[in-house]
Amino acid sequence: MAEQIKAVALISGGLDSMLAAKVVMQQGVYVEGINFYTGFCVEGHTHAIRAKDRAKPKRNNALWVAEQLGIKLHIIDVIDEYKDVLLNPKHGYGKHLNPCLDCKIFMVKKTLAWGFMEERGFDFIVTGEVIGQRPKSQRKETMPVIARESGADDRLLRPLCAKNLPPTLPEREGWVQREALFDFHGRNRKPQIELAQSFGFTDWAQPAGGCCFLTDEHYAQKLSDLWRTRGSRDYELDDIMLLKVGRHIRPAPHFKLIVGREEGENQYLEGYRKQFVALRPLSHKGPLCLIDGTPSAADIELAARVLARYSQGRSADHVTIVAEEPNGVARDLEVVPLPPMEIPTAWHV
Amino acid sequence: MSSPPTPILETLDARGLLCPLPVIRTQDTITNLAPGTLLDVLATDPGTLHDIPAWCRVHGHEVVETEREGRDIRIRVKVVAT
Repeated sequence: MAEQIKAVALISGGLDSMLAAKVVMQQGVYVEGINFYTGFCVEGHTHAIRAKDRAKPKRNNALWVAEQLGIKLHIIDVIDEYKDVLLNPKHGYGKHLNPCLDCKIFMVKKTLAWGFMEERGFDFIVTGEVIGQRPKSQRKETMPVIARESGADDRLLRPLCAKNLPPTLPEREGWVQREALFDFHGRNRKPQIELAQSFGFTDWAQPAGGCCFLTDEHYAQKLSDLWRTRGSRDYELDDIMLLKVGRHIRPAPHFKLIVGREEGENQYLEGYRKQFVALRPLSHKGPLCLIDGTPSAADIELAARVLARYSQGRSADHVTIVAEEPNGVARDLEVVPLPPMEIPTAWHV
Repeated sequence: MSSPPTPILETLDARGLLCPLPVIRTQDTITNLAPGTLLDVLATDPGTLHDIPAWCRVHGHEVVETEREGRDIRIRVKVVAT
């Protein structure tokens, strides 16, 4: 009896990787999925924070895809290892701080290390890449770079555009039939949508800005600000999570305010009270504000005046704000809300 | 007649973590647990109410109980041999 051929498919949660896995499954290959969590993934957790998104269905798209395909999905935490990819991308950044090519190489390399261990014994790797789909990482010239630099070489199969590339090991060995693979190229989504319909798929995730915060201009600005003002290009998970939350206002290089925009964000910021100076209006309703950095007493008073501006006391003569140090020591400040014209646009990160 | 053995109950504290980290911690914990073991996952992210059962379904494990009190969530998973 022939040995069952096994493939591990990178599953992002989007349509292309879903289709790529399905195409290979249709050819009788046993497939399991793998998904990497870098900390920058655009995932359901922001829905857990922002109340306005709570009406939308909460789901992890990669898990949802795995359910549709009926395959196992392994989610791997690469938060720490990913720092080197982001901070030192050999192939540089895309439009913002997205190191897409290095990222893809890293993920294929990790998949190789994970899936080709003796006890797992996968035979090849599947991705949903399509030549010309992404300006940085999915180009004809980058396809062999990913295969080579990841170490996967010809064990990397892109079923959606395989016919535009030289035959890989799974094709040469007859594990998959090249004729049943595809020659998609470019940014036109019509072929993928038709293929999805032919498989009976009626729903798939379509993240507008892709699956990574690093492709988001505003997010990239906040990350650049963090590195510039700290004087070093480094980060912890909490740093990059907090960049997804609240209004960021930086009056000076040595401190910034993170002001909750709604109750969900306020609750999330509450979890950080032991790490930052925290301000909250007492005399009026208003958001929670954390101060990131090394604020002086005068800075804290200025922050209180800014916060008063975002409270329901914005038109009042005075607003009482409680300022609590990370060690729990608190004091009340009676401040005049800062007029809007005294909050320069440049302060908004 | 002897009664069936009481299943081992383990606890994973994933409170304060945002999805998918509670799912990853659940996955990594279950890798080292024997079939039949019960795992209580404690969490605060409402996303876990959807994601942990979804992860269990694709891996064949069983969610036997879910509790939510205020922000606190407890999901009891029975580890199944897969």
